[in-house]
Amino acid sequence: MKLIDGYTEEMRESIEKVEKTRAERMKKSYPALTMEEREEVLNKYHPDYKPDKKRAVRVGPNKGEVAPHEVVDLLEAYPLITAKDVDLKTIDYDVDLLIIGGGGAGTVAALWANDNGISAENILMATKLRHGDANSMMAQGGIQAADTPEDSPARHYLDVIGGGHFANKPELVEALVKDAPFILKWHEELGVIYDKDENGNYIERPGGGTSRFRLHSAKDYTGMEIMRVIRDEFRNRQIPVLEFTPAVELLKDESGNVAGAVLFNMETEQYYTVRAKATVLATGGFGRLHIQQFPTTNHYGATADGLVMAYRAGAKLRDLDTVQYHPTGAAYPEQIVGLLITEKVRGMGAQPVDKNGDLFVFPMEPRDVEAASFIKRCADGKCVQTPTGMHGIWLDSPMIEEIEGEGAIRKNLDAMYRMYKRFGIDMTKDPILVFPTLHYQNGGVEIDASAQTSIPGLFAGGEVEGGVHGKNRLMGNSLLDYNVFGRRAGISAAQWASKRSKPGKLSLAHVDSFVKELEKAKIPPERRSPMLLPEYRGEKVLARMLDIL
Amino acid sequence: MSKEKENDMKMITVYIMGKAYKVPFGLTIMKAMEYAGYRFIRGSGCRAGFCGACATVYRRKGEYKLRTALACQTTVEDGMYLAQLPFVPSNRKEYDIEELDPKKNVLSEYYPEINRCVSCNTCTKACPQELQVMDYIQASIRGDYKLVTSLSFDCIQCGLCVVRCPAEITHYHVAQLARRLYGKYYSPVPQHLLDRLKEIEEGKFDSEIEELKKMDAKKLEEVYVARDIQKIPRGEVAGE
Repeated sequence: MKLIDGYTEEMRESIEKVEKTRAERMKKSYPALTMEEREEVLNKYHPDYKPDKKRAVRVGPNKGEVAPHEVVDLLEAYPLITAKDVDLKTIDYDVDLLIIGGGGAGTVAALWANDNGISAENILMATKLRHGDANSMMAQGGIQAADTPEDSPARHYLDVIGGGHFANKPELVEALVKDAPFILKWHEELGVIYDKDENGNYIERPGGGTSRFRLHSAKDYTGMEIMRVIRDEFRNRQIPVLEFTPAVELLKDESGNVAGAVLFNMETEQYYTVRAKATVLATGGFGRLHIQQFPTTNHYGATADGLVMAYRAGAKLRDLDTVQYHPTGAAYPEQIVGLLITEKVRGMGAQPVDKNGDLFVFPMEPRDVEAASFIKRCADGKCVQTPTGMHGIWLDSPMIEEIEGEGAIRKNLDAMYRMYKRFGIDMTKDPILVFPTLHYQNGGVEIDASAQTSIPGLFAGGEVEGGVHGKNRLMGNSLLDYNVFGRRAGISAAQWASKRSKPGKLSLAHVDSFVKELEKAKIPPERRSPMLLPEYRGEKVLARMLDIL
Repeated sequence: MSKEKENDMKMITVYIMGKAYKVPFGLTIMKAMEYAGYRFIRGSGCRAGFCGACATVYRRKGEYKLRTALACQTTVEDGMYLAQLPFVPSNRKEYDIEELDPKKNVLSEYYPEINRCVSCNTCTKACPQELQVMDYIQASIRGDYKLVTSLSFDCIQCGLCVVRCPAEITHYHVAQLARRLYGKYYSPVPQHLLDRLKEIEEGKFDSEIEELKKMDAKKLEEVYVARDIQKIPRGEVAGE
């Protein structure tokens, strides 16, 4: 196959059309959809709105509620271990606070628990991959905080709840928007570096569905910059961490409080018993489940383990019927299919255009609406097709250099530039091809404003928890979410732990009764969860790349 | 995979830790290893070039040179000999950011080995992000936090520089310390953020948010739709 600067001849023909319409488009605006029009395009084209792709869960606290098949499969699966497999009388780690998950939320929770009286040696972090291997590390675009005179937390509140289809839990949205400026200040004190102008003020950009420019970024490495710094601080405090050792089941004490977990060392294949006065769940989301066969932006470990464990322990889940598909995942070249193209590319002026070079959508709709509009355009036959049969919309990245001057892409979007350059494409000169990709778990384990779940002793922060984003999260609110609720979880867990003595007898009885419920519902024991790692061996690494529309 | 299907696909041979496997042309190193049957525990993190978990050392058949790459961001080539770094046992110093005196050369104090840099540039050649690693080590020796920050900002901390360095420098830890010093002590908190924090503390927005929290869905939607939207520059206006 002959490639000219990374693209096929057919794609080059389409790029010529994009270039032809560029000058005219630069002057043009495209109307945002009305609420009715939003509903229409969502109903017809958004993957969430296909009823056959979901089913009701038959057991547990959310019995009767629907979620994607891939999620229900895990919720209705049998456990990896039962009481017979582990010796709960031998306590391997005895701590005040167990943090499950080593991404952003877990790290923030540890720091704030430490600040609130739990000494480092009384904290244990257990994580499936390395500390910091998480979606937190991969977030590119930025973090929202209403900190300019023309903006306000109330306005941020309105944007969040409107973007979430008014299904959000109000007390959580309030916490999110009111804590946001404080989180930025905390980051500054730790030494996180955000983009600032020559006067030292933040450079703030728009995001989809935001009515003010309030997106703060660190080039397009925002998530990495925050994660590196908080992890560095965590290491300075010498808080113990067990890597490659995920939790596989929560433990309870005699009074039904969560009292630790069973961990599994994936390298030595040994189980460890952890007793803890308080437990913070910070395991992230379900982005590696390839819901409806979509490719994903998510890290390797995003397999919904926390949802499964919490559900067996009796925690109420919410808003799991919706999935966030990011409008702009890479659709070409093959090696990077599904990877995130930050919303900041659109925020800086790149328009989404079809194969004829026509602009067909307001570039900054909320993510679900923008994604559905892209899919509609492809259904209308106006998409570019790649050599492997993927469909895509052009994101006219060279516009950024025309608008903000030569070098703007290297200065603000270096990760994107670097990724495309590795595969032979120069996004400063040519547009890039995108299509919606699986991105975020909108819902999760229900919490209150103090990050307490419905089970005593269990707190949650970050993507694993639900309620704050309703049915659709806005850009720049996930980094904010894990900081706000990771912090609240750490503080609440510290307060809870300081008031309690060591838990008594540890038990997996809740898992046994969950198994009985599965048997009663006549669910065959063919599936096990938590999944821990996705299966990509052999052809499985290929299949998903080829089957999308 | 069936023979038929394999015939349709161009297959190449790679040597994973010395063992030969046939894999489809065009995959990343990471996907090629999975295709060959490996299931990663270590060596796979974000799979998108941001986390540094998949640092890879490889050699091309017929060459003597050892090359470095990220397995998730590099296309596999015929005849590649591949090995991954499971872990880099590099020296990291603990410190209290509040207690440091940025006016001194903190970098040289905590990591005196930077002064052993022989300017061989091996670190720069090893960097999969193509950063000017040696230049930022030289800047570290001078205590130039700002330059270290800008040269090292895109560092993903994979550790390939460290394992190649003949002077035993732990570049990415030095850079992390420099960036935190620069961020904390030389990039002040914007006044508009401090003003907003004061307003929040004084409860300036409480009643407005309280009102929104109590609003029924219909009214809330009206208020949402009616809110004015800041103009996106370049003449594109929402709602027009």
